[in-house]
Amino acid sequence: MTLSTETHLPTVDTAKKLGLLPEEFEKIKAILGRTPNFTELSIFSVMWSEHCSYKNSIVWLKTLPKDSPRMLAKAGEENAGLVDIGDGLACSFKIESHNHPSALEPYQGAATGVGGINRDIFTMGARPIAQLNSLRFGNLKLDKTRRLLKGVVKGIGDYGNAFGIPTVGGEVFFDDSFNTNPLVNAFSAGIVKTGQVAKAISYGVGNPVFIVGSATGKDGIHGATFASEDIGEHSVEKLPAVQVGDPFQEKLLLEATLEIIATGHVIGIQDMGAAGIICSTSEMSAKGEHGMEIHLDRVPTRQANMVPFEILLSESQERMLIVVEKGKEAGTKAIFDKWDLNCEQIGTVTDTGRLHFYMHGELVADVPADDLVLGGGAPVYHREYREPAYYKEYQKFDIHTIEDIQNTTQITEAAKYILSHPNIASKKWVYEQYDSMVGIANRSTNAPSDAAIVRVKGTDKSLVITVDCNSRYVQADPEQGCAIAVAEAARNIVCSGGEPVAITNCLNFGNPYVPEVYWQFVGAIKGMKKACEKFSTPVTGGNVSFYNQSSDEGPVFPTPTIGMLGLMEAPENQMTIDFKKEGDIIYLIGQSRNDLASSEYLYSYKGVKASPAPYFDIEEEFAVQALVKELILQKRIESAHDVSDGGLLAALAESAMPRGLGFNINPDKNVRLDAFLFGESQSRVVVSVKPENNDAFLDALDNSKVKFSLLGKVHAADFRIVDEPILTSAGAKELYNNALGKIMEE
Amino acid sequence: MKFIAEIDVMPLKEILDPQGKAVKLGLRNLGITQVEDVRIGRHITLELEAADENTARQLVETACKKLLANLIMEGYTYKITSLA
Amino acid sequence: MKFGVVVFPGSNCDEDIIYTLQHTLGQEVVKLWHKDTDLQGAECIVLPGGFSYGDYLRSGAIARFSPIMEKVVAHANQGGYVIGICNGFQILTEAGLLPGALLRNNGQKFICRNVYLKPQSTSTLLTKGLDPDKTYKIPIAHAEGRYYADQETVKELHANDQILFKYSSETGIIDEASNPNGSLENIAGISNARKNVFGMMPHPERAAEEALGNTDGRTILEGLVAQITA
Repeated sequence: MTLSTETHLPTVDTAKKLGLLPEEFEKIKAILGRTPNFTELSIFSVMWSEHCSYKNSIVWLKTLPKDSPRMLAKAGEENAGLVDIGDGLACSFKIESHNHPSALEPYQGAATGVGGINRDIFTMGARPIAQLNSLRFGNLKLDKTRRLLKGVVKGIGDYGNAFGIPTVGGEVFFDDSFNTNPLVNAFSAGIVKTGQVAKAISYGVGNPVFIVGSATGKDGIHGATFASEDIGEHSVEKLPAVQVGDPFQEKLLLEATLEIIATGHVIGIQDMGAAGIICSTSEMSAKGEHGMEIHLDRVPTRQANMVPFEILLSESQERMLIVVEKGKEAGTKAIFDKWDLNCEQIGTVTDTGRLHFYMHGELVADVPADDLVLGGGAPVYHREYREPAYYKEYQKFDIHTIEDIQNTTQITEAAKYILSHPNIASKKWVYEQYDSMVGIANRSTNAPSDAAIVRVKGTDKSLVITVDCNSRYVQADPEQGCAIAVAEAARNIVCSGGEPVAITNCLNFGNPYVPEVYWQFVGAIKGMKKACEKFSTPVTGGNVSFYNQSSDEGPVFPTPTIGMLGLMEAPENQMTIDFKKEGDIIYLIGQSRNDLASSEYLYSYKGVKASPAPYFDIEEEFAVQALVKELILQKRIESAHDVSDGGLLAALAESAMPRGLGFNINPDKNVRLDAFLFGESQSRVVVSVKPENNDAFLDALDNSKVKFSLLGKVHAADFRIVDEPILTSAGAKELYNNALGKIMEE
Repeated sequence: MKFIAEIDVMPLKEILDPQGKAVKLGLRNLGITQVEDVRIGRHITLELEAADENTARQLVETACKKLLANLIMEGYTYKITSLA
Repeated sequence: MKFGVVVFPGSNCDEDIIYTLQHTLGQEVVKLWHKDTDLQGAECIVLPGGFSYGDYLRSGAIARFSPIMEKVVAHANQGGYVIGICNGFQILTEAGLLPGALLRNNGQKFICRNVYLKPQSTSTLLTKGLDPDKTYKIPIAHAEGRYYADQETVKELHANDQILFKYSSETGIIDEASNPNGSLENIAGISNARKNVFGMMPHPERAAEEALGNTDGRTILEGLVAQITA
């Protein structure tokens, strides 16, 4: 059958309007051996967008470590990474951004982000058991920021809560650089039996292709292209590009999908997120080295008169493409009927390697599957990068230009500021809107720890999960900052009693065509590579989100969010951050340093915006973590909490407040008081030790090269520095717990 | 003059209405299978004081655009009646 | 004791209560699909938490018309035990098996956190075995949990000793500060007049194991099992 001819074939101008470069238009013509029609051009435009093809990032992403004995699916091979956790089980996990949709419609943008990431997990046959998220917003003093935060949190909550998977952790960070463009990164992890993993593949000539789940509407058309453009005034006209999420439908789709996968008759399955039907048909076909014949008129639609490119590109949510064994059509339909979901056969697998799309019997597009996808014909670019001028400026920061804290009054004032700063204070206002307990697997509800601990039912094991990135550190020094993000994630897992296993990343950057922005991207990848190799945590996949900037305010702080998966073999290894008893001895593992660089104290309290990343030495970090692991396994310590944002004082307060306890500590005489209390130099952990275990604890440390110091003792009810009270525990808790809520409920 | 504005805010036609979809399923369980489509919105009444109907209309327009409807996914219609 | 846990489309605490009843309390449990019309001999029916039919229209409003609900209502009318937790409580009020309604929380937000419950009734199976002077730490997770009933109904609830739990402080003070959602008189759970149908917003199944760091919910559920089987 020949392709229907259009009287007006698209020109390079149409291609440009669709976001393609003139050379890409030429490449498409070469691939097809003719000028594409509009439907075909639309297909290439979405498949070759950054979102689907990673054309501007893949060269660098390929340098990241991918191997470990636990790895069952390598980065990019499946919808999400897959890690062997023993007992015949695997964990599938991934993080993904939904920044641009959330900037325009925070509620639906965030909700559909949660829906998308969970589909990536259950499309592999894994039942999601834990969700986390990593959020960045602008200045909370702006009405717009509060509106965005409210909408995003409600969107995540309403979707995740109804879907029924607990949200067990996350981070929220505020900085002016996110005023226009917030970041919404959603993480999900699920469990699957190693023998029952479903793949995103298609093969077997004659096998039926089904579309299941929601009907296809005109929502989100060109969304993938849209996601790859600067947000500017012109995007207001594109507002109908918003998709509406339906968590109820997603829950039904989850149950039906796991049921159909369990039959063993599924050849391949892929969810439909960005770029809809065209993305799943092309990726599955390319991977299985087959083709498909698809009848678009058989796709259930919500509106009449949808044209081929709309059906192909629609990003309507809660849909899946499934290829099953021929002969199993009736059984497939029965399962989706049970769950009141659409299930329509829209085509069959062919051996052509091409995708043939028909509308009412007429061929409307004919494209080779492999040329559309990453690793196939999709373009790959080496982008130019250049060190920005600010980098050297930041390095010039001299701590001596800052006056040190002199007295208790100043400490109290600074402590109050830090504990109630939205970046440090409790995110209770946010996380209480998320169901964190559904699934009865969250071990951290009544036992606070640095990372979330979620038990894997039927085993002794637990997943230990965290999402981390200090965007300010990465801005100051992308390489060091990103290495710190990986190190901190590992530290959080270790301090909770787990062993770091692997990471997924969500790389949020500005416009990659700006060499200074691309320099940040390259630096972050280098830092991630170094740290992932050191901590033996390969990268299982993730997502790249460029163009996070507004036309007038410049790029956001570069934010390579690290979602790290850890494993805790036995419940008795669980470690918590809270001090247990008055009189317990408090130690600092690691070293205090004369370093205030990029601390919240320096940046916000002192108003010094230009300083390098905080002190970080990867070998020192590794040794500290190894020691903390030992101390936990040998049951030498009562609590462990890493020193991170806000510095030592914030860490001590966070350990003291849960049980209404306090502390009495002595500062390190070799270090400035401000740096001792509020500096954010890395590789430090606050631990507490029962007096009767003190000797054993010191023995363990004697055998280690790691530096440590005695800080003081757990005290009743107030925070003291050399016996001088600076805050009561109750007063600190009041500030810390309610600071964010007060701003939001004003 | 006093006016009453009766406003209907409805999800846009091209946008999914999950609530309407679920209610349709519920009606089917009730045995009402003849229903082909359900869309659910909000009915809002405003009592307002304005110099004339044109002014009232402008106020209602602003209220709808700025607050009552989210134009990204909802449309609105209204009827204004004078209470005088 | 044979429990029947109803699975509605959108239920998401069904597996949690099944796990708790079976695994933690050693009870026999059958799953009842909402499209079925057979209670499979279950003596106590549980309507679990979740978002049946997405909680669209009103929480529980659509689920009450699921085919299985006719049998559940008949079971209750014959004196059989029915317990609704969270969304299950909402369904029971929509179905008219329990008086009153559950409205949107006064803070207009979904709330998930531990709260404290003070047992009230001394004559219902669910609270009989509990210490009326103690408080129990149980999580809530809902957006529509503000209990409301007209004055006449509330009077009857008191007169018949139908109030199961009230929200309180850790030390047992029942006041506005300890009311998480604006419920009338801090009411967290009630029974019907006949005392065979129970509804509560808090989730005892989320506090039933050492692994979760809280076993107060197990005490409540164990009490129920002991009373029913006594």
